[in-house]
Amino acid sequence: MNAFQGTSNYIASNELQLAVNAAITLERPLLIKGEPGTGKTMLAEELAASLGVELIPWHIKSTTKAQQGLYEYDAVSRLRDSQLGDEKVKNIGNYIIKGKLWHAFTSDNRPVLLIDEIDKADIEFPNDLLLELDKMEFFVYETQEKIVAKQRPIIIITSNNEKELPDAFLRRCFFHYINFPEKSDMQAIVDVHFPKIKQKLLDEALALFFELRDVPGLKKKPSTSELIDWLKLLLAEDISPETLHETRQNKVIPPLHGALLKNEQDVHLFEKLAFMHRGQR
Amino acid sequence: MLIDFFCKVRDYKVPCTLRELLDLIRALEQGVVFASIDDFYSVSRTILVKDEAHFDKFDRAFADYFKGVASIDLDLSEIPEDWLKKHFEKQLSAEEKAKIKALGGLDKLMETLAERLKEQEKRHQGGNKWIGTGGTSPFGAYGYNPEGVRIGQDSSRHRRATKVWDKRQFKNLDANVEIGTRNIKVALRKLRQFARTGSSEELALDETIAATARNAGYLDIKMKPQRHNAIKVLMFFDIGGSMDDHIKECEQLFSAIHGEFKHLEFFYFHNCLYENVWRDNSRRHNEKIDLLQVLHTYSRDYKVIFVGDATMGPYEITYPGGSVEHWNEEAGDVWMKRLTDYFDKVIWLNPQNEAQWPYYSSINIMNRLVDNKMYPLTLEGLGAGIKALI
Repeated sequence: MNAFQGTSNYIASNELQLAVNAAITLERPLLIKGEPGTGKTMLAEELAASLGVELIPWHIKSTTKAQQGLYEYDAVSRLRDSQLGDEKVKNIGNYIIKGKLWHAFTSDNRPVLLIDEIDKADIEFPNDLLLELDKMEFFVYETQEKIVAKQRPIIIITSNNEKELPDAFLRRCFFHYINFPEKSDMQAIVDVHFPKIKQKLLDEALALFFELRDVPGLKKKPSTSELIDWLKLLLAEDISPETLHETRQNKVIPPLHGALLKNEQDVHLFEKLAFMHRGQR
Repeated sequence: MLIDFFCKVRDYKVPCTLRELLDLIRALEQGVVFASIDDFYSVSRTILVKDEAHFDKFDRAFADYFKGVASIDLDLSEIPEDWLKKHFEKQLSAEEKAKIKALGGLDKLMETLAERLKEQEKRHQGGNKWIGTGGTSPFGAYGYNPEGVRIGQDSSRHRRATKVWDKRQFKNLDANVEIGTRNIKVALRKLRQFARTGSSEELALDETIAATARNAGYLDIKMKPQRHNAIKVLMFFDIGGSMDDHIKECEQLFSAIHGEFKHLEFFYFHNCLYENVWRDNSRRHNEKIDLLQVLHTYSRDYKVIFVGDATMGPYEITYPGGSVEHWNEEAGDVWMKRLTDYFDKVIWLNPQNEAQWPYYSSINIMNRLVDNKMYPLTLEGLGAGIKALI
């Protein structure tokens, strides 16, 4: 299998590439953390695309149970069918619904399995998956069959750090923390998304963006995905670099700020700062 | 070599196990990285460290270990002198040999070299990089070959590589750093988890239906814990001392998640707890609240958190009339005891650096009064404190 080196629309740092390749080679799940909007989920999508294999996303919610990833036994429809005298009811296998892990285990090509935002789930969730991720097999009690992975899928797990993950689980994963990109990396990322953007506009926009990130006390700092959205809007509205330059000079709130500041208090804070700045002059 | 490295990483208190060491060796065996210290750094971090809170410790361990390797290269005693001499002569031109003579012969040169290297070693350990002595050194002029001591080749690699871990860019993520604006989010998350624990049960409709179906239609009721929080908290802040800033920060921290707790009440005191507390610090002399009233109002399952430096004269705690502000009929420790006896769970968060606690007898007394449940106001301390409260 070829080494992952990022794709035409995803810039992966050298460290991230190494982490991904180590995880692929050693067949271990890779746990990815980092600020929201730094492309954690996108990594799995792009990895699957670059390897040309199937992506099996499993989005975790607070109510998700580990068992749902393996299989579910739909007892309710079986009960209903039995009351209607359906023939199907004799075979319990008809009521076993395959989960994402099952799909990943039985897939023909080695797929990429994305377990997205694992920290959203109950604290027991990762513990319940220990054996399955380790041995890549599980047992279906209802039908007494053992499901063993044809090949170990590439597993990418993302976390927003809302809960601490148990040690035993961490021991089985590799870990990478996506750092917020530096200005030069950011430039590369933007280039990938907007190949035709005018250099001057981009310079102004990036400068404004990093200044905004440096404003102390912001509740939610804008991140890469917000920057991309904002640039999209700037291009759509055809805002000139000069306008951006003026906003930077006068410290007024940037045009189309809704894409960058997602919090009412942050907007207020910024307006207040702008007002103070005007007062000083 | 990897075992030493592994031990060093563990010495720096990065939690990693044998399993991860084996993984790392396997990664090297499979050729994930090859002959690049930068890549080795990335891969070993990916495999050994599982939490960004430990990145800084890992960086320090890595720097320490590879500094060690670099200075081994400098150890002259390991290189047989004869070989070195011959090697020299082979490589030097006649003109250069003449120059060596001018400097007092090869022996002299070797001596100088040893001295110079020692000097560099010293400077290196003092924090500077020993590379880049440039053209000033006589050895440079003779094109001193790196094969002998490997200065040139190794050093440039060393310098480039050091940048990554010597930057220590993950310092703010370390769990032992005091809580400030940088890591406030992590602290908030911890508190949110705290707020969401301890809830009671409610009927789990879906599971009840599923279980009933399995049961062939006979009712089988399932319960599940309620999603909302049930934690009630009383906070007592020591106000009016050198630690005011820290205490203010902590107060903001808790008020930021006010909505998450079922109950959260703030009270203020000065230095030590006496018969009165107050709610509004600006009107502290007019609007006092009887501590007894507090004890009677709130049930014993409230979690009590003190925040203060507990740094004062010991008499302020142990003697009647010890208060610096007013005459107190009963000593501070009597009031503290009353409170800790009544409430089930009490902790004390102390912004004072933990290493200095033993030097203040008042901190020791206070720590005993809260049953050794005093924690530093760091992420780790907060985590441990919360654990003690649940």
